[in-house]
Formats: sequence, structure tokens, C-alpha cells
Amino acid sequence: MSDRTLRIRFEINGGSGDVETHPMARLLDVLREQLHLTGTKEGCGEGECGACSILLNGRLVNSCLIPAVHAEGAKIVTIEGVATGNQLHAVQRAFIECGGAQCGICTPGMVLAAADLLARNPSPTLDEIRSGLSGNLCRCTGYMRIFAAVVTAMREGVPT
Amino acid sequence: MPDPAIGRAVPRRDGVAKVTGRARYIDDLTMPGMLHGVTVRSPVARGIIRDIRYGSGVPWDEITVVQASDIPGRNVVALILEDQPYLADERVNHPEEPILLLAHRDKQMLEEARRLVTFDIEPLDPVFTIDEALSGERVIWGDDNIFKSYLVGRGDVDRAFDEAAIIVEGAYETGAQEQLYIEPNGMMAVAGPDSGVTVWGSMQCPYYVHKSLAGLFGWSVERIRVVQMETGGGFGGKEEYPSVIAGHVALLAWKSGRPVKMIYDRAEDMAATTKRHPSRTRHRTAVSADGRLLALEIDFVIDGGAYCTLSPVVLSRGTIHASGPYFCPNIRIRGRAVATNAPPHGAFRGFGAPQSIFALERHMDRVALAIGVAPEELRRRNFIRPGQVSAVGQVMRDPVDMSAILSRALDMSSYHEKRGRFDRENVRGRTRRGIGLATFMHGAGFTGSGEDHLASIVTVEGTRDGRVRVLSASTEIGQGTNTIFAQIAADALRLDVEDIEIAQPDTAFVPNSGPTVASRTCMVVGRLLENACRNLQHVLIDSGHLTSASGDFKPACVAYVEERGTLRASAQYQPREGAHWDDERYEGDAYGSYAWAAYVAEVTVDLDTYEIHVDDFVAVQEVGRVIHPVLATGQIEGGVAQAIGWALYEDVVWREGRMANSQMTNYIMPTSADLPTIRVHFEEVPYEGGPGGAKGIGELPMDGPAPAIANAVAHATGVDVRRVPLTPEALAQMLEVARV
Repeated sequence: MSDRTLRIRFEINGGSGDVETHPMARLLDVLREQLHLTGTKEGCGEGECGACSILLNGRLVNSCLIPAVHAEGAKIVTIEGVATGNQLHAVQRAFIECGGAQCGICTPGMVLAAADLLARNPSPTLDEIRSGLSGNLCRCTGYMRIFAAVVTAMREGVPT
Repeated sequence: MPDPAIGRAVPRRDGVAKVTGRARYIDDLTMPGMLHGVTVRSPVARGIIRDIRYGSGVPWDEITVVQASDIPGRNVVALILEDQPYLADERVNHPEEPILLLAHRDKQMLEEARRLVTFDIEPLDPVFTIDEALSGERVIWGDDNIFKSYLVGRGDVDRAFDEAAIIVEGAYETGAQEQLYIEPNGMMAVAGPDSGVTVWGSMQCPYYVHKSLAGLFGWSVERIRVVQMETGGGFGGKEEYPSVIAGHVALLAWKSGRPVKMIYDRAEDMAATTKRHPSRTRHRTAVSADGRLLALEIDFVIDGGAYCTLSPVVLSRGTIHASGPYFCPNIRIRGRAVATNAPPHGAFRGFGAPQSIFALERHMDRVALAIGVAPEELRRRNFIRPGQVSAVGQVMRDPVDMSAILSRALDMSSYHEKRGRFDRENVRGRTRRGIGLATFMHGAGFTGSGEDHLASIVTVEGTRDGRVRVLSASTEIGQGTNTIFAQIAADALRLDVEDIEIAQPDTAFVPNSGPTVASRTCMVVGRLLENACRNLQHVLIDSGHLTSASGDFKPACVAYVEERGTLRASAQYQPREGAHWDDERYEGDAYGSYAWAAYVAEVTVDLDTYEIHVDDFVAVQEVGRVIHPVLATGQIEGGVAQAIGWALYEDVVWREGRMANSQMTNYIMPTSADLPTIRVHFEEVPYEGGPGGAKGIGELPMDGPAPAIANAVAHATGVDVRRVPLTPEALAQMLEVARV
């Protein structure tokens, strides 16, 4: 990798982001190390586990696979941007109530994936929930409590 | 007095922090001037280190390098034996064995430096399989490659076989399994001559790390401090290995004089750290024509890898569980843990029991087939009952009704209806369906006198505002320790759960409540917590601030703390009354209690792709009183999912002692799209030795699914399944054999 850095500007969690970084730096590292948004986790570094999921221009992506340069001008939402102040998102409340979070390391990515799923499909079937979350691995729950959380949030009606 | 908290789904303690991303894991921690650390590992399975070369291309004078000769104390990872070094000195005994440690502030340069180190190693002939190890042709450990062996049993086995009309034999194998916690292992350390060593990290057992670091530095334990950060899953994988990483990072911090953080990437974590022991079990069973077990002869062998680590205790649990929830008058079980030149295998949920129970429960179906009795009937006729004795001579004193648990599981799964229907329908088309079951038990807490030796302690203290803080070394690793501890303390003191705080496990402040393993946290440590709370009430009663245990704790606590400053009480584990264990003969009361279960799996097998899908899963168990219904259900569902992975997908591919598929891309764990609905039911029978009547729960669900699925696949296809994982490749091979 060359030593050349680039200034990259983007919108993040409703505010503005402005970093100086290698264009090919992983967006995950920019978020965690430069912006100190450590809620986005690294589980595998190869796009398999989904612990580093974020929303980039409204799409759920693995930030470990996204070069920082792709963030130029983008709109980014990380787990830190899901709650409104102290008011948790319906999906977050449902994860707590239903036991969707155990060790918590997949949870930020899983919450984003679940919120994204409900934003795109406000009343998914169980099969749609299963396939909609299949890019996010959880080793603790066996997913059942996560499905229950999505169904609970769905019934509450998720703001889009 | 508030409503009792036990039995209710109170809000999870760490819930808000986890769903908002605010929970702090080790990689979220940084310090000014911090360096990153990496490990340089052996490229070969076995050999003698002749030379270490540092290639040019990085400024080596800027890089901190630690080798075995830099170690200030003893180069030994303190576990059961003292055979494993922190850093290989003259010899390497497995691929990925740590030889050198490097630290620098620039992660990228560090990676380059790691690649520039080469070793000149004179290779020695390695041992890679259980059979090679047992043959003793090449001795790689001790005199005979055997870390530990047990011979347990009762009755006259030889005579029973001599007289038996029907004898059924079989051999069964299970593969290694990666714990695959989603948070890789990691640690950070500061170290100095004045400050001593402080380590923060992802771990299950702060005091294991503490003990090992004291030996590594040759210091008294007061100079060592270990702090557990939020831990992203463990499953046993963060029981013993964190002691290694903590030692490495502390050595780098000591030599560089700077804080050092070391986070494994996924490939390193999978290739270098512990996995579930591969196993091979041979069964020989004498049975009467009407299905009574007359004699069991079981030979259980596990592959321990290159160093002893925890293999003797994994073997012990596997051996004791090898005869399952059955009574048989004549039993002989031989257990052996052998050495191979693979990275050491270690703790993983179930700890040896899933391996020996897989063999037994698959064998029971084969025995049933041999004598023409239904699988559930054979089991029913042999379930152990109160007053009967186990293989190691434990008299079952507590209520146990395996037959009722089995009946419930058969009902919930519509077992009989489906078994008949699948039998009729499995004649055409390119899919086959099957249903299978497993019945089993899991002992909670350390085996035998283990808890007596641990002598765990829990402390509670009252605060100036009348709240109570729980101090223990028992870690929250996702299973819900902090939530259930709050429930247990709240009920013991008649407080609201919100009035209970749980201190972060930090060896500078919390007593040693033992390791967070062996399904012991709820039952054993939870009971100590209950006792500590009672002792706290007694302090207030003795001082006159409280008239009785049913009095109002809060004002009494506030007044006491204001007058005297500190309100504290502890409880230490006391040997169970009436329990006896003979370590020499390996006989007696092996566990304080057992959880009992019957699981049923329903599968579809695709005869073109050889894929197996689990369509329905029913898990019925008796775990004493359920403390928290949502958390308990989550424990069962998560364990079942992990066991379905072990049964069907998770295949560690070995090449020359090294894991060849150390990536999530080619080591496949279940996704949300792969699993059936897991239906969980608890039969609640309060256990008087546990807090609020609870027993252990965490490991139980790992034991039953693999044999239930294997039995279902055998039912669907007629294939005599003898091993897991049942990958499509493995099933294809078994079907070919069946056709020949």
C-alpha cells in the first residue's frame, strides 16, 4: 500500500465525518480507530460473519470489505446511530426483551441487519427473517431469540 | 418486599450496553503509546530449532522481540502438568507453536516483520492420529504418548460377557470442533518493575491467568492484576488459552516498557488455539433378548494434541458420562488421552461428554436394532432410577424420572406418528426423512473432589445507599451470569434486582470464585452467593440493625454503613454433606447434581446432494428450577445450534497437524437459514443444593443433538452412521459403502 493519504468526507449517524486516510484502508478501521466508533466489531475480516455490518447509502454492508475511498460522499449509519439519544430503536428494545443478545459481539451488526430487514420489508415471514439475517453469524443464541426479537419489533411497528 | 426475581425474565443486565454498541471489549481499549503485539509460530509439527533468522526490510532496532530466554520466571503455562512452554525453546511439538513475540506501534510493519522471521528447524517424525499415538511406535510425549488413563467400573464384566447370548459391538468417531466465539482472543498488558503486571482481556477464568502470570514472572501474586473485559463468547475456548496470550502480551509489555495489545485475527485464532478433542470410542455390549443391559465395555480415547493442558479432566468427564443415564450392573470403561503433534485440544462446552455420549447414544440405537426393540423402549428399560448406582458408584439420591422426560419429548415431536409415516413414505423420490432421539445427562460443577479443592469464595458488600454489590471472579460471557446473580442476590436479601450491582471481575478486588466453566456458575457459585447474602443479613442481625432475615434490608444497610463504614460478608464452598469421592479409585459421588434430557431430531436427507437438513428439533430437559426462562431457553437453543454444527457442518480439515481450513469461509458454522425451529421445554424439579433450586445448564445441550441427528439420518437412509460431522462428502461415502 502506498503512503499517500486522501481526505474523505461523508455523513455519519446524522453528523459529518472528515478523515485523512489511505484510500484502501478498511472502512472498519477508519470507523473504529479514527472515529472511535467501536460499536462496529471485527469477527473475521473476510466478510463472512457480519459483525462489522453498517449501512452505507442505505445498504447493509460488511465494513471490513469496504475501502475507505468508497465512503466519499456516502451516508453511513453505524450501531451508534441507531438509537435516538437515550431512546432505543424498537429493534434494540426487542433484542433486550426477547434475549436476542447474549455475548453481544454480533449484536451491533445483527441489530442493524434486523432494522434494515424491517425497513425494507415491514412484515417479513419467518423464512424471510431467516434468510434476511443469514449474513450475520451468531454463535450464542441459535438465532431463535433473535427471530423472536424481529417479530416483536415488527408487531410494534418499526419507524422507517 | 418486591416480587421474587427468580423464575422471571428480568431485563438482561448488559442488554442496553450490548444493543447500542457501548459494551467495551478488549479491542475497544487503547492506551497512549500502546504497541501492537504478534506471535511468530512454528511452521512444522515437530522438530529441533537450530536457528532464527531476521530478514532485512524492517527496522529491527525499533521492534521489541521476545524469545524464551527473555522470560524472567518459569517458561511454563500453569495448568495441570507443567509441560507446555510459553515460548518454544529448543524444540517445537506442534504447528503454530509460539516461538517469538514481536511488538511495534505500526501494525502493518509488524506484519511485515512477522513474515521476515524464518526458522531453521531440523524436522523430527511426528504423530498425527490416535492409532499412531497408541501404537507407541514413535514416542513424542512421556514414555507412551498417554497423558492420562482411567479404568472405572463395577460388577463382573467378563463373566457377564461369557454368559451373554447377544453381544453388540461398534466403534464411533467424532471430529475436532472450533469454538468460534465471534470475538477472537485478545489481551492488553502494562508491566513494570514498580507497577507489576496488569492484564485486561477476553477470558472466562481471571484467576487461571493470574496464577500462570505469577509463575511466568516469578513474582508473588500481589504484583499481578487481571481484569476481564466484556467477553464476546467463550464456550471453553477462553478457559485455558487466554493464559498463553496474557503471558505473551505481558512479556512484550515488560520488555518494551509500553502498553501492548495483542488481538488474534480469525485465521490465527482458529489455527493456533484449542478445539474440541477428536475422539474414538469402542463399545461392546451384552444385552438380554428383552433389552436389559447386562454388561457395558467401553474404550474411550481422545486426542489431546501436543501438550497435556486440560486433557486429563476432559477425559475424566467423558469417561464418567460414557455409560449415560442408564443402569447396568456390569460396567468397565477405559479412558485414555493421547498425545499427537497437533495444537493442544482443550475445553469446549460439554468437555468430553459430547464425544462419549455420541458413541453411546448411536450405539444404543444399534443395540435396539440388533434385538428388534424400538430405540425408545430399549432406553426406557434401562434408565437409571433413584437408589441405583452409576458406573463410578454414585448412588442416585435425587429424584430422576428419565422416562417422563422421554415421554414428553416423544409427544412434543410426534415421534411415533412421524416414525411410522417416514417408514412408509421413504420409498420413492430423491429425499428421505428420518427421526431420531438421544437421552442423556450432564453433571454440573467440577468432578469428584474438584469443588472441594477449588474452595471458591463469593463476597457481597452493602453500599451507603442500601444497594448490594456482588464480588466474584465468575465472568459474564454471554450466558447471563450478571443477570442471574442479580436475581439470586435480590431474592436472598428481599431486594429489587435493580438494587444489585455486579462488580467487574478484577483480581485486585474480587475473590476467587473459581473458573467460569463446567456448568458451575449458576449452581455452585450462585449457591455461594445466596449463602454470602445470608451471611450479610447475619452481620446486620448480630449488630442489631436487623431483627430477622425477613426484616427490611435497605435501611439497616444504610445505617450500618454510615456507622461503621464497611458492610461485607463472604461465603466459601464447603464439601457437600454425605458426599464421598475417592480420587485413587476414581469412585463415588462424581457430581453434586445432574441435568437430565431427551432430545429428538427430525431430518431430511437429499439423495442427490447428500445434504442433511434438520427440520424440527425438540429439547426436553430437567435442570432443576429455571432461574430466568428467557436466558435458560437461550442457553439450550444456542447449545443445540452449536451441536448441530458439530454434527453436520463443522469439519476441521487436518494437514500435517495443522488446520487447513482456518477461515469462516471454509469452516462452516450454522447460519440463521440452516437451523430448524428449536423447541425447548423444561421439566422443573427444584434441586436443594442449588440457588433457588437451580442446577447447571450450559453444557447439557451440547451432548444430545449429534447422536439424535445421527440416529435420524440412520433412520432416514439405513446408513450405519459411525461418525460426525456428517458432511455431504462423509454421507456420500457412507452411502457408497452401504450400497456395496
